[in-house]
Amino acid sequence: MFEIFGVPSQVLFGQLLLGLINGSFYALLSLGLAVIFGMLNIINFSHGAQYMMGAFVAFLLLQQLELNYWLALVIAPIIVGFFGILIERLFLQWLYKLDHLYGLLLTFGLALVIEGVFRNYFGSAGLPYRVPESLQGGRNLGFMFLPNYRAWVIFFSLAVCLSTWFVIERTRLGAYLRAATENPTLVRAFGINVPRMITLTYGFGVGLAALAGVMAAPIYNVSPQMGAELIIVVFAVVVIGGMGSIMGAIVTGFGLGIVEGLTKVFFPEASNTVIFVIMALVLLVRPAGLFGRASA
Amino acid sequence: MTTVTAPVSRPTLSPASWSEQLAFVLMVGVLLVAPVFLYPLFVMKALCFAMFACAFNLLIGYGGLVSFGHALYFGWASYVTAHLAKVGTVSLPYWLGAWHWLVIPLPPLSPELAILAGTATAAALGLIAGALAIRRQGIYFAMITLALAQMMYLVAVQAKFTGGEDGIQAVPRGTMFRVFDLSNQMTMYFVVAAIFLGVFLLIYRIIHSPFGEVLKAIRENEPRAVSLGYKTDRYKLMAFVLSATLAGVAGSTKAIVLQIASLTDVNWPMSGEVVLMTLLGGMGTVFGPVVGAAVIIGMQDNLAQVGQWVTVIQGGIFVVCVVLFRRGIVGEIARLLRIRL
Repeated sequence: MFEIFGVPSQVLFGQLLLGLINGSFYALLSLGLAVIFGMLNIINFSHGAQYMMGAFVAFLLLQQLELNYWLALVIAPIIVGFFGILIERLFLQWLYKLDHLYGLLLTFGLALVIEGVFRNYFGSAGLPYRVPESLQGGRNLGFMFLPNYRAWVIFFSLAVCLSTWFVIERTRLGAYLRAATENPTLVRAFGINVPRMITLTYGFGVGLAALAGVMAAPIYNVSPQMGAELIIVVFAVVVIGGMGSIMGAIVTGFGLGIVEGLTKVFFPEASNTVIFVIMALVLLVRPAGLFGRASA
Repeated sequence: MTTVTAPVSRPTLSPASWSEQLAFVLMVGVLLVAPVFLYPLFVMKALCFAMFACAFNLLIGYGGLVSFGHALYFGWASYVTAHLAKVGTVSLPYWLGAWHWLVIPLPPLSPELAILAGTATAAALGLIAGALAIRRQGIYFAMITLALAQMMYLVAVQAKFTGGEDGIQAVPRGTMFRVFDLSNQMTMYFVVAAIFLGVFLLIYRIIHSPFGEVLKAIRENEPRAVSLGYKTDRYKLMAFVLSATLAGVAGSTKAIVLQIASLTDVNWPMSGEVVLMTLLGGMGTVFGPVVGAAVIIGMQDNLAQVGQWVTVIQGGIFVVCVVLFRRGIVGEIARLLRIRL
């Protein structure tokens, strides 16, 4: 045990760890928002509800079918992703030619419906989801105690973020995606089925949200409103980072998580508003966002 | 040699069409007889939300600016009015509880002063939030307004004077202008109806002023408005502050009418609700928000027994409106009858 700026190392690193965990979720969710916005030009307001659905699917898989965490990590994003595809086919595809505003309103309405339905069946109280056995316990690093599950969340979300970045920025599929973002008509003329690509992109983005939900289930309680407030913070993260860059979304997400954790140590009253304050400052200094292009 | 001179004349402002005049007379008629058939308290609540929706419509319907954080102005105006009408004394800063730099001892204020102070608070908050939000366009604008509103919601949760989960309850209605005893339900009703009509006519005037015309031009084509020499940012900020201020009138009046200010008023579902009212009634129509507010408030009152499902129904209305019914109730009527409303 030692102290830094008068704060015991255990406390400081504990909050830093918590900040990194929150940052993982900010990064995963803002990444999904950025991917969806890039292709669909829609801000997916139901992202928080879909994150919550991921956690609930994991919970139900364990409770009803006794399928463990590792299976849920694969199955839940697929189920919720298909749900996303259904939404895209049913509603969103009619809105692409309209003002961006309508996509926001529609997904907001969907979020209300989804969260309302879950609240009716499961109540507002949080439901516990236990940490998988293989990741229980933790290790003492000397300056702090590191629970295994939390280490896994940080490692895994970083891996998911970086592979998404790799696929979009460095592969042929990603090149198609980026091209279709720039000029969908031209890409269609090359014989690529852009509407299907759009549908699958939405499914993928929603799946990412659900994946974050499964990872969050053992840390926070599984509850219908777990996504609603988180998504507003993620919106602020997206405004700070700008949605033009995938790497920007990842860096901003983790960075703001850490800042939030540090604020909790040094100025706890401001810990839940600090991200919004940073957003206001960024808007004053760099209106386009840290990684944004000026035109956006 | 011929010289071409641009006609120097103010754009002719079309007077209110017969359909608008008729609808206005109809609305005033309904306001006069409504308390006979309906609970006055219910009608007053609907009127407060109608003001809120009209204020919101000024921004979204005429300025094309989508604010997803209008609960901020409604809720904070409501808190300030409730606090001043009930307690009076102001201790700054509000949120750090333990130590105050500045304490202004005040007696509980009369309702008109409390409403004025609440409205001024909303105007100031609107100026700050608007100045930040107009730095980005479109979808980012919506996210920024939402995030700023969430921040001030969290401040309201932490602040001492807001009473946390309990809110500020049992706000006295008092006596307005030392004449109107607002504890009398009918007096209160006519005061609220007068405030509502004042706000409604003011918004009508703003929409049809040269300022309103420029605002619509910016909504249609901002680069073109810039090229014509308009400082569009100033117009947008002005529209934002006006909208926030009038939302503040609505929130303050609501605090006096329902005698409560609570976290519900500042939280994000409230921002969504006002969007829904405007969308359902008809964005960019003069009467739409009033109809939308009446329908939504009526629905909430009548569906109280289905409890939680109200949220689901509201979400469903959102989806239906966006996919099938983007003009809203009044917009559709105006289109079918080919009149202006």
